[in-house]
Amino acid sequence: MRSPLGRARGLGSAKEGVDHWLLQRVTAVALVPLSLWFVIALIELVGADFDAMQDWVGRPLPAILLVLLLIATFYHAALGLQVVIEDYVHGELARVGLVILTRLACAGLAVAGIVAVLTLALGAAD
Amino acid sequence: MKSAERPLSPHLQIYRWQLTSVMSILHRASGVGLGAGGVLLVWWLVAAASGPEAYSAVQSFLGSWLGVALLLGWTAALFYHLCNGIRHLVWDTGHALDLGSTYTGGWIVVGATAILTAVAWAAGISHWVG
Repeated sequence: MRSPLGRARGLGSAKEGVDHWLLQRVTAVALVPLSLWFVIALIELVGADFDAMQDWVGRPLPAILLVLLLIATFYHAALGLQVVIEDYVHGELARVGLVILTRLACAGLAVAGIVAVLTLALGAAD
Repeated sequence: MKSAERPLSPHLQIYRWQLTSVMSILHRASGVGLGAGGVLLVWWLVAAASGPEAYSAVQSFLGSWLGVALLLGWTAALFYHLCNGIRHLVWDTGHALDLGSTYTGGWIVVGATAILTAVAWAAGISHWVG
């Protein structure tokens, strides 16, 4: 996605910055209610044993919100860490390699978290 | 073209720190820290999905002094990044960009972070005791 002015001029550093900028903010807005909900949920889970934890994730709303939290968190993290790497790592190979590694790690962590939530929610864990 | 060997700006030995720049770098630092917190979150969820033994291992780590310190740092980083992120979203709309507003907003974020972190831990501890 690009702004109309940007498209008309056909100029810009990499011609794809608007996507990064916008998705950083869309995920940020999503994370405001999601992270507040998660902190409150964690406070209620303080001292909870395994069964209580399993019951909690087994309910639809916590399971749905946890999956959304994981997607928004790791998408936002991948975008943010990319900016940090691009600012401080100057060698091109190291910079591109680190950005790719960061993206793979964020995608892997999101998938691992989502599979764990689904395993608990669908009752496959003992 | 070779540039003269002058100190680069900001020249950190004589640099006068200000609220705005410290909060800017803390936004980055807390963001990177929260990324590490995300690893902890996934570890917790995967352990729970793996069964009671793996889950109790994570729970006993989180109950250790290192675990509690990490959770306290995570809470503070989360509330700081959340409040300062809202400050950034306000700036994105073109508002509150003058010097006075950046300081007022900055102090509000610092205060809100302290209050939210304290309230969350007071609630957590009272839940733990009661």
